[in-house]
Amino acid sequence: MTAAFIIDLIRHITRGNKLYYAWLSVLGLVIAAGAAAYFGQADKGLIVTNMRDQVSWGFYISNFTFLVGVAAAAVMLVIPSYIYHFKPIKEIVLFGEMIAVMAVTMCIMLVVADMGKPMYAWHIMMHPNFPSSLLVWDVIVLNGYLVINLSAVSYVLYRAAHGKEYKMSIMWPIVLLSIPWAFSIHTVTAFLYNGLSSRPFWNASIVAPRFIASALCSGPALMILVFQIARKVSEVEISNEAIQKIAELIAYAMGLNLFLYAAEIFKEFYSRSIHLAPMEYLFFGLSKDGTLHNVLVPFTWIALICNVTAFVIFLMPGLRHKFTTMNVACVMVLIGVYIEKGMGLIIPGFIPDTLGEIYDYLPSATELIVTAGIWAVGALIYTLMIKTAIPIYKGELSLVPKEQRRKIPAH
Amino acid sequence: MKRRDFIKSVAIGLGGLLIPADKSDASLWETFFQKYFREMTPEEKKNIAKRLEKEYKEKTGVSINIKTNEALPGVKYGYGLDLSRCIGCRRCVYACVTENNLSRKPQVQYITVLEFKNGEKWVSDLEESKKYYKHDEVPAPGHFYMPVQCQQCDNPPCVKVCPTKATWKEPDGIVVVDYNWCIGCRYCMAACPYGARKFNWAEPTVPPEQFNPNTHYLGNRPKFNGHVEKCTFCIQRTRENPGRYPACVEICPVGARKFGNLLDPESEISQCIEKKRVFRLKEELNTNPSFYYFFSL
Repeated sequence: MTAAFIIDLIRHITRGNKLYYAWLSVLGLVIAAGAAAYFGQADKGLIVTNMRDQVSWGFYISNFTFLVGVAAAAVMLVIPSYIYHFKPIKEIVLFGEMIAVMAVTMCIMLVVADMGKPMYAWHIMMHPNFPSSLLVWDVIVLNGYLVINLSAVSYVLYRAAHGKEYKMSIMWPIVLLSIPWAFSIHTVTAFLYNGLSSRPFWNASIVAPRFIASALCSGPALMILVFQIARKVSEVEISNEAIQKIAELIAYAMGLNLFLYAAEIFKEFYSRSIHLAPMEYLFFGLSKDGTLHNVLVPFTWIALICNVTAFVIFLMPGLRHKFTTMNVACVMVLIGVYIEKGMGLIIPGFIPDTLGEIYDYLPSATELIVTAGIWAVGALIYTLMIKTAIPIYKGELSLVPKEQRRKIPAH
Repeated sequence: MKRRDFIKSVAIGLGGLLIPADKSDASLWETFFQKYFREMTPEEKKNIAKRLEKEYKEKTGVSINIKTNEALPGVKYGYGLDLSRCIGCRRCVYACVTENNLSRKPQVQYITVLEFKNGEKWVSDLEESKKYYKHDEVPAPGHFYMPVQCQQCDNPPCVKVCPTKATWKEPDGIVVVDYNWCIGCRYCMAACPYGARKFNWAEPTVPPEQFNPNTHYLGNRPKFNGHVEKCTFCIQRTRENPGRYPACVEICPVGARKFGNLLDPESEISQCIEKKRVFRLKEELNTNPSFYYFFSL
């Protein structure tokens, strides 16, 4: 039975239209380029990145931080689905959990790409500096979150493959655990930066709340876009109602995010203490010894404009209900939060550095290609998960013997 | 299967994939599974040191000595820096590079000398500092200098954040790194308020004929790509008995650098603290450094 299932599964995954094959080929190429760039980095050292002692974390950790947010956002679907039994979302919650699986996997890959000696990562298990090091906490919560979401997805699909609904008695503990856990991955990651008194830009209590608020924007925005693509290119049914509900949630989250951001901007610019420097670097650039350092300035303004515009669109029901404007707003949220919770959070933590030096950082070609490769791996994982889940839901891929299956009406 | 054995077997699999094959097989496994320094018996420490000496000899033809001796009893090192005397010549920077076998290309330096204009803000705000000053003669008129290196904090943020305990504070107050145990995550670099931790972004290069053969496992032994290192108060010198001054103290042409045992009230450093008005860098962070700045004039 299982063997037949696996053969069926391979048949489903390898079959598709031209667009599907083109998509897989593009992903394959980007992954190959990323892998080649990574082996170059492993050979020569992190010198091939633009990180240096002054700015010791860069593009990898920026992308990591953004993706932790995306992963945590699956909870936005889990709460209405399992707890309030909001039916339209209940049907798609599985796809949200798969986004969490994808995002956490990418997070782990990005951290590995950033390490100087990744093959010694097992040292963490031998002598974990727990509870002192927030990095150990992060390893625990991220891997835990991956396990939780993988179990939820596997269990639901396993039942579906037997033609049965999942049992709430089994699902309930997983759900109850996953909700605080989703908040924990974000809080712990925020604390990782937040706890460092050496970096005034991060050492502000607003960092963790802002992390959560912006995560609840970017994750759902990505989901809305992915769901629309998924229902266009496959036979999965995702109702407009579900998508609209998620859009409404983004409106609240973005409102909160912008409020917290404004609170931070006010405090820094009004008091104008010496800790204003990183914020000034973001918005206007910093002058030192006759040089204006302003490489991040355009990105900061793009992010701000995107976030504010998207907020206005999500706030107005007329614009939110129209799919074109809503999709534009989703893309803007993604751009805005990607900058704000990525480079816009990590780099200014190091500028000026602890001895007052300003080192302008932008990622090197290697960093860009390796990161693109990791994103492609994520996209591939998600594609394959959807390719497995949809036929199971439709009853085309089943663990039930053929003669016992219910007849599926032909399309 | 014990947890440790399981982790080991997983690591063997991964290690086989990831370790470059330019070492002999036996030495490769020994390197990969090398224990955490603080867990080794004195015997094991000696054997590891011997292996590392042999490896360096095979690679370069040069014989070196790697010591593993422990902290001397009744000693806690302290450092004093007389800002009135410092002229910003950077001799300490280069004496440190030579003594500690720091990479020449790319350059790694433990000491950063900062230049400030007279009258400008400086102590709590280093944003006006100039690191890459270049003059024909120092001190430049109208300027003063403040060298910064590891402050050997009693409350070290770097030790607090390290996920693998690869960095710790020794009983004599020196914060050290087990280069083989460090995984290169650079969390300590983000945590250090003094820019004291340096990462090997590439394979460090030191011409073998310039390599200082008197080394310590926790200090200036041969280093490699992908780990963090830092000032150890020249552990290879200061832990000798009788101890020698760190290279930066020895080279300083104006006697701006003081060093000694904080537990001995008669030591030069204790006398400085007793007689001068001293301050420590970024005291608002409560890192509690063993590194004191003062003015003699």
